[in-house]
Amino acid sequence: MSLLRIGALLPLNTLGHYIHWHWIDISVANFIVICLMVVTFIVALFAPFPGRRRRKENK
Amino acid sequence: MSNEMDRQWTTRLRHRVLKVLPPEKVMPDTQPTYVSSWIYVFGVTTVAALIVVIASGCLLALRGPLWWHTSSIGLFVNSLHLWSVEIFFFAMVIHLWGKYFMAAWRGGRALTWITGVVTFVVSIATAFTGYLSQTNFDAQWISTQAKDGINATGGGAYFNVLNTGQMLMWHIVLLPIAIIALVGLHVLLVRIKGVVPPFEEPAKVAVES
Repeated sequence: MSLLRIGALLPLNTLGHYIHWHWIDISVANFIVICLMVVTFIVALFAPFPGRRRRKENK
Repeated sequence: MSNEMDRQWTTRLRHRVLKVLPPEKVMPDTQPTYVSSWIYVFGVTTVAALIVVIASGCLLALRGPLWWHTSSIGLFVNSLHLWSVEIFFFAMVIHLWGKYFMAAWRGGRALTWITGVVTFVVSIATAFTGYLSQTNFDAQWISTQAKDGINATGGGAYFNVLNTGQMLMWHIVLLPIAIIALVGLHVLLVRIKGVVPPFEEPAKVAVES
């Protein structure tokens, strides 16, 4: 039942959506995943790593 | 007697392995502070995702296409296989970007970098053969589109994407063996050579022998 609700939110039984820009032709799903990877990469560079300061102080 | 035992190939191999891979290097107690980085968490996430990919793939192999297309649990395991692959690639690409900008090949670590890049390329081939092994209309469509590209390279005689059996064997035997071997070698090289230090610590760049 819950799967049907998710299916209602995200219709998966239709044609895919694509972004066309000059020679670039990419599906919206792939574009979203790439954007998420870039955002995650930036967060991974700047987010403080747990316990790093403590380890430095101990050193 | 002792000299005779020292000449045995098993003894010589053991000494050689222990010299290259001493236990304290393979399973170290501590790591330098610069290893406390999210970039390495994504490397470990890649390995964790690979374990789920292989485990779910083994379940799919045990029960077969009818099971993964029709039963609820089969569909779930099929989805688990797909989404663990998504996480595998997601984490691997972030780890790769991070290591690229760190120039992780410095200080005699070229082979560590190369094994990582080759793992990425082989993983793409494994994912593509996975698309061809779904046994559905999607797989048929992808194979008929891919055949022209492969045939244009001249490789179609040896790697026939329309041959479902051949693609399945590549997907579940040859390529996974290659990925497991490459990932194992990559992790061992990280242990042997150590993690590359930041740019501001050039004195530590060379591999400690």
